This record gives sequence, structure tokens and C-alpha cells, in this order.
Amino acid sequence: MKKKESTLINMVAAMLLITLIAGFSLGFVNELTLEPIAKSKLDQKVNALKLVLPVFDNNPVAAMILLKVENVKDSVEVYPAFLNDAFVGAAVIGTSEKGFSGLIKLMIGFKPDGTIQNIAVLEQKETPGLGTKIKDAAFINQYRDKNLAIFNAKVKKDGGEIDGLTGATITTRAFSEATQMAYDEFIKDTAFISKSKN
Amino acid sequence: MAAIINQKENFFKGIVKENPVFVMLLGMCPTLGVTSSGFNGLGMGVATLFVLLMSNIVVSLIKNQIPSKVRIPAFIIVIASFVTIVEMVLEAFMPFLYEQLGIFIPLIVVNCLILGRAEAFASKNTLFSSVLDALGMGIGFIIALTLLGAVRELLGSGSIFDIKLVAENANTFILFILPPGAFIALAYLAVLFNKISIKTS
Repeated sequence: MKKKESTLINMVAAMLLITLIAGFSLGFVNELTLEPIAKSKLDQKVNALKLVLPVFDNNPVAAMILLKVENVKDSVEVYPAFLNDAFVGAAVIGTSEKGFSGLIKLMIGFKPDGTIQNIAVLEQKETPGLGTKIKDAAFINQYRDKNLAIFNAKVKKDGGEIDGLTGATITTRAFSEATQMAYDEFIKDTAFISKSKN
Repeated sequence: MAAIINQKENFFKGIVKENPVFVMLLGMCPTLGVTSSGFNGLGMGVATLFVLLMSNIVVSLIKNQIPSKVRIPAFIIVIASFVTIVEMVLEAFMPFLYEQLGIFIPLIVVNCLILGRAEAFASKNTLFSSVLDALGMGIGFIIALTLLGAVRELLGSGSIFDIKLVAENANTFILFILPPGAFIALAYLAVLFNKISIKTS
């Protein structure tokens, strides 16, 4: 077959056809993957909730409340957990923009008295092998079962009680900041959160 | 018979003689960016192979219908569509890999290896040769990225494919998982690769 000449009509027709086909096929794939993407995001959230919260029997995702906090851009997501209608704790999304590569997003599970149950890292872009160690159990265990009212969650360099990660002090600081933010929020509104059963 | 031998060479040239990373030094952005571990390199390599294969197939099929003055934008649209499909499929069915590769998936669009093969090979050759070319180049890219990732992971984190070889708190060459380590490791691997491939051929 002979190659098409580069006349204006040929060029416009070729580009129109290609963009049309590309557009339709992308729309088709988008339609196909829309549901699995939403499902995998929800699964991730539910898994994180199961990890950080004490045993619960309600649906924290449905009971999610948004709270407006001072000094923070977005509202904070709080997932209250109940077992037999009794408040057993809540997971708070704590964020910090001060990570080595920007946003660090954590989910921190609190018992009703404000003691940390567990922490899950939801989003981070830290250096692989250095900052990403915030996901390791060895690091997170430093925060578990601690109450920030009496425990200073700052890095040792800053006068706190947390062993910073080698080569990732900035990441550790951001992690502590996000945890502290979530704690402050939880303590401020415990009364409201514990009554917010849907 | 001659045709068969040529096709065989056509396939293998991407793996050794014209290896996209170690010999042609194409597609450096994902090569240096994601290879902090063996698995990341492998995942990126497979994603690139898929896009390369699909774009080579489509480009070689439509090569006569594209007026040569608009061929580059036409190729880019084809490539970008496949990259977007890969991104959506990965996010839906392999969220862990999607999270690891992050920003580098959309950047496959500007991987000059893919546009390079579309422009230099698929737009001038038959469908069959283009498929072999894409497979050869893609496998060469996978080998290079996995090798680079494995070497950096071994030196930088003391593990290989996530299997820890040293104690948890042992000191490793952190440099190798940081950006400068990528350049250093790539340079030495390229030297080694070229030395061996010259000797054997």
C-alpha cells in the first residue's frame, strides 16, 4: 500500500481518527476498571482499619466523620469503632507535608483514653530503603501502647523519646508530627466522636 | 532461510548487541528512577515491554495510513493511550505495584525507547518483524532494569528480591539506593556488559 500524502485533509483525517479511537478505547477501559479500582481502595482502607483498631463490629467506613481542624488545610477523617454499641476507639487520619518528599499520610488508631493502638502508613513518597522504613514494625512499635499525654513522640534529637531512622530524620519528624496532629484532634473531640454511632 | 536467520537476529539484537539500556542508553529516566530494588525494576520492565509491544504492533499496522508530517503526534497518542490503559489496569488489579512505581508509570509515555522503536523500526517494517523487535528490546530492557535493581538492592539494603541477607540493623551502602548510586551502578554495569558482549561475539 502506498504511503498517504501529507495533505491537510489527510493529516486532519488521520489525527481525528486516531484520537477518536484512542478516546473511545480509553473510555471503555476506564469503565471496566472503575469498579475494581474503587474496590481495591476500599479494601486497603478496611485492612488498615482492622490493623489499627481494637476489635469492632460496626462499619467505621460508613460512620466516618469529617472534622475541621485549625492549622490544617483539609478536614480530618475520623473512623469511630464500636463493639456491642460501646465505644472502643477511633482511627484518625494524620498527615504531614514535611516528609522528605512531601505528604505522609498515616492512619492512627486510638483507644478511648487516647493511647495509641497501632499505626498504618497509607501514603508516602520517601526514599526507598531509608524513609520507607517507617512502615516497618520495628519502628512503629515505638509508638504502640503509648499515650502522647505522657509520652514525648518527638525524635531523640529534638528532645523526645523516639529513635529516629538512620538517614531519615526528616521522615521520622514528619511521622511524629502527623501522629501528634491526630492525637490532638482525637483528644479535642473524643466526647463528640464517641457518641457518633451511625 | 536467510529471512529466518535475520528474524532471529532481529529478536536477539535488543537483548545483547543493541541492548536499550547498556548499549543505546535509552530510557534513562525510569532506569535510574525506579531501580531501587529488584522487584521494582522487574515491574517497570514488564510494564514497558507491554506498552512497547502494543505500540509497535499498532504503529506497524497503521504506518501507511499516517501522513509522515503528523507521524510523531500520531505515535505519541498511540503510546499514551496504552500507557494510560496500563496505569488503570495496574491500579485496579495490582495496587501494590502501582504504589511502588507511582509517578514513573505515566512517564513511560516519554520513554524514548518506545517512541524510538516506533519511529526507527515499526514505522518501516512488517508486523512480524516489529513484534520480534519489541519483544527483544523489551526483554533486553527487563533484564537491564532487573539486574540494575538487584545490584542496587544487594549493595544498598543487603537483600535480594526482598530476601534479607544481612541483619536488620547492619550497615549497608545506603548510597546505592539513593539517586547517585543509580548512576554509579549503571555505569559499572554498562562497562561490564559491553566487555562481556564484545568478548563473546
